[in-house]
Amino acid sequence: MSYFSDIYKGIKTLLTGMSVTGKYFLTSRKGAITQQYPDNRDTLKMFDRFRGEVIMPHDEENRHRCTGCQKCEIACPNGTIEIIWDRGIDEETGKKKKKIDQFVYHLSMCTMCGLCIDVCPTDAIEWGQNFENSVYDRTALTRVLNKPGSKLMPGVED
Amino acid sequence: MIRALSITKGIHDWLFSIMSENAAHLVEMILIALVYLAIFAIAGLFLVLIERRVAAWFQLRIGPNRVGFQGLLQTMADALKLLSKELTGTEKADKFLYNLAPYFVIITALMALAVIPFTQDFHAFDINIGILFLIAISSIGVIGILLGGWSSNNKFALIGAMRSGVQTISYELSIGLSLLTMILITGTLQLSEIVEVQKNGWLIVQGHIPAIIAFMIYMIAGTAETNRAPFDMAEAESELGAGFHTEYSGMKFAYFFLAEFINMFIIAAIATTVFFGAWLSPFGITESIPLLGVFWFLAKAMVLVFLMMWFRWTFPRLRVDQLLTLEWKYLLPLNLMNIVIMALIVWQNLTIQF
Repeated sequence: MSYFSDIYKGIKTLLTGMSVTGKYFLTSRKGAITQQYPDNRDTLKMFDRFRGEVIMPHDEENRHRCTGCQKCEIACPNGTIEIIWDRGIDEETGKKKKKIDQFVYHLSMCTMCGLCIDVCPTDAIEWGQNFENSVYDRTALTRVLNKPGSKLMPGVED
Repeated sequence: MIRALSITKGIHDWLFSIMSENAAHLVEMILIALVYLAIFAIAGLFLVLIERRVAAWFQLRIGPNRVGFQGLLQTMADALKLLSKELTGTEKADKFLYNLAPYFVIITALMALAVIPFTQDFHAFDINIGILFLIAISSIGVIGILLGGWSSNNKFALIGAMRSGVQTISYELSIGLSLLTMILITGTLQLSEIVEVQKNGWLIVQGHIPAIIAFMIYMIAGTAETNRAPFDMAEAESELGAGFHTEYSGMKFAYFFLAEFINMFIIAAIATTVFFGAWLSPFGITESIPLLGVFWFLAKAMVLVFLMMWFRWTFPRLRVDQLLTLEWKYLLPLNLMNIVIMALIVWQNLTIQF
């Protein structure tokens, strides 16, 4: 008599499925995942894992964590990152040491693959959530990530 | 033959006073046809909008809410866009059949709409074989789909059309038999008479267990008849592009699209008439206001339309063999058994009457 039990099971599972979607239907107005973007621009918070652009965080004393090792530049598959570096005298030890002058980031060439962020040994760069990058001239998309006059955070290289 | 609403009585008398009887009849028929065309267009557009909003809510989205208040004008705008689009077609298409196909689909939908009793007097064509007429008409619609698929000269369209043929021919049987189960109680095929019978309680209450089984079978088969998910293999997007209407564009595509939604409404309307007492209000609460019948009818039909949308956005698409297994191994034997049970119940007077 598996015929009738099959029918019973079929109806039961169909109703289970319908109850799941029914619950979604009733709660959808509260939990809608759609962002009505230009309207909620002020309150919109992008998700932590969203890949908008590469940024270099600086602390309040204008210090970053980039040692200028150029691993990100080597890892980048399409030449998005260019590091212009120099050798300067380190204040503490008095020795000559490599440091970055400009961390140039071409957003227009970036495919958001994230290899540079994975490869960075000092976690100097990370993902930013900004996505409003439309400009009239593509040279405006070439950015220098380290702020002017910024220095390496002490203790990063240890 | 034509029972007009009491408001239209004036128009009827005025028409007959100013012209000969034949001319007046002709004008009246054209006017009624125009009214039904308007209902067709408005209901179709409205149903498309409802479908999109309901689908959005099922999927935790918002749906169209920009054009007009809560997106009410969205489908209007879509229709305008489709009207202004170029009608493209395949070079080697069978031009005559290709152009004919959408009209087959749309005319059958319109003809079925004519026999549906919206309320006591709002009933364009009260034929004495109403249910038979509806079943017959609903199966002509598939010819349009077959023609469209065949004449497009496109293999996806042809596969879609053939699947649609298989599906409609199989599931017609279930629709017919489940309605036949209810005919055993009513003893008539005329839709207005069927409504009269239900003044002692809706048929789904009168016929209790077999009626509920018949209703379930009817809803499954009805969903299959309209080629909607989970039975939408005729236009399975992931397999066949758009199935039988792959090669149609612009307004011809819109005809297929509108007809699909009107067919859904017709299936719901037949279910309303046969199982849920058509325009009768629950427990006769608004019996003194006959015009409210339209409201009750549409409310019941909308609930059933919502049920079909719920099916669509819950269940995955069936394979062809699963579809035929469901029909021939489950629905058909159950249906035949159900008819016997119903016959016994009617014979022994076990129906529930108020």
